[in-house]
Formats: sequence, C-alpha cells, structure tokens
Amino acid sequence: MIAVGEQAPDFTLRNQDGEKVSLADFRGRKVMLVFYPGDFSPVCGDQLSIYQEVKPEIEEKGVELIGVSVDSFFAHKAFQEKLGIDTVLLSDFEPKGEVARAYDSYVEKMGFANRTLVLVDEDGKVAWTYESPNPGEFPGANVIFDALS
Amino acid sequence: MPDLGSAPVPPAGPDDHVRGEGEEGLIVYADLGCPRCAAAWLRLREEPGRLVFRHFPVAAKHPRSPALHAAAEAAGRQGRFFEMVDSLYGDRGRVDDPHLWRRAERLGLDLDRFEADRRSEETGARIKRDFRSGIRGGVAGTPAVFDACTLVAVREREF
Repeated sequence: MIAVGEQAPDFTLRNQDGEKVSLADFRGRKVMLVFYPGDFSPVCGDQLSIYQEVKPEIEEKGVELIGVSVDSFFAHKAFQEKLGIDTVLLSDFEPKGEVARAYDSYVEKMGFANRTLVLVDEDGKVAWTYESPNPGEFPGANVIFDALS
Repeated sequence: MPDLGSAPVPPAGPDDHVRGEGEEGLIVYADLGCPRCAAAWLRLREEPGRLVFRHFPVAAKHPRSPALHAAAEAAGRQGRFFEMVDSLYGDRGRVDDPHLWRRAERLGLDLDRFEADRRSEETGARIKRDFRSGIRGGVAGTPAVFDACTLVAVREREF
C-alpha cells in the first residue's frame, strides 16, 4: 500500500462518460479513492451500492468519493446504470492497472486492484489508507466515517 | 444526526421487531428487496429463540426496497410486521403498490391507516434508524446476522 504522508500519484483517467479526469482537478478538496476488482462482481456491486446510500453524508464532510477499476469506461457506464448510482467511476484500463500499481493496490496474479481505500487530502497527500484482507471482503461504510472523524 | 463511525449494533430494545421469545437470539439486518435475504429468511425464521429483524434497504441495488420496508413497518403498526415480511419474501414478483394493498387486505389491515403509515415521516425515520445502526455496525451486504451484537454470518463471496 502507498504510505500515508506520501504525495498521491497524479493520474488522468476517463470517467464513465469518457471524460478525462485528473486527481489534480480535486486539489483543495479531499478525495476518497475506492479501488475495487471489477464492475458487475457481486461484492463490488454491494460495496458501491452501500456507499451510495451514505454518499451525501460523505460529501457533507467535504469528501469526493471516486471508484477506480480496470474496466473500460463503457463497462463503468453500464455498471453505474445497473446499480442506479452516481458515484464517479474511473477507468484504469490502458495501460491496465497502471494507477492501481502506482498506489500499490494491484494484485498481479488476479489482474485487478485489491479492494483499497485511499484518502487524499486537500494538498494531494495520502492521509489514510485501508486495504481489505482479500477481494471478497469490503470495508463497511463505517470505516470511511472513522477515517473522516 | 449522529456520525456513522463504527459502533456495536445496539442490543434488542423494546421497539425492535422481535419474533420468538428468550433473552438471547439473533439480530438480522435484511433487505426486503434482496433475493439472498428471501432465501436466508426461510432458515432464519425457523431458528429457535428470539429473532430481531432490522431494516437495511439498499435502494441503489433494489429500487423497491424502501417501499417494501415502509409497508412492513406500516403493517407492524397494526401488529402484523412479520406477517408482511413473510408475505414479501414469499412472493417477490409482486411488489408494486396495488400488490402491497392486496397484501395488506389479506392480512386484514385497515388500508387507509396502512397507506398513511407507510408514507409517514415516522416510518421513514424508524427505517433509517435501523439502517444507520447497521452501517455503524459494519454491515457490508445483506443478510448480516449478529449474535450477541457480534457479526456471525454473511454470505460467502469470492469477489
């Protein structure tokens, strides 16, 4: 996992609508990066659905919630629509997993990111991280609120 | 409104929905729109001892869930909470409003009261209270079963 206190590696990825989004766009605001294995997996669906339920309260704390996986932005769009969520999903598609690797979240033998949370502060530094023991488990939303308290 | 940081799920209280009797028992956070919960409910409701049902509707995943939980809560105001839960889990294909009215009629509920109760702020607040306690307790998928306020069962998943 990337270490707390380090400068968060900048990136530019396409969102679910194909628009380019950079981490630097959020400078001055906090960002919670949610690395997850892949669109349409049951656990990822549960994770993003539950986070969606409390997203307004995460945003009230001045934090932008952003999902990142190795799927294409077309898949992200379909996944977003299937779940009925409006969380921004970024496509770490080509080179595959490059951003996940930069955050030391990529699982080589599986070909996707582990379930990882990274809080980036207003100055673009890593303020907090969480990595699931395995991709089958995800941190409940309470863990996010613990990090923001 | 209190924060959503970690906290143990509350022990069974006087205004919980409780089936069965006893000092000890399971607490289940369940989504009435969730097929896994419907399957698990067949086993859970046969568990000996006390069973506490708490609302955990995940609207993003099951858009009708909030309406179903409100219907169960409204039925509960007329003493038929678990009958409505059994009905909703027993027939998941008919969950639009006319179906809910028919279910309420079959349970002998006062329909006007049922309608008013299921749309009331009090009902919404009651459901939200359960949901928030589940979030604080770390519920990450339904059904989530707690024994003595400790999470003991979630479904097994690869990823």
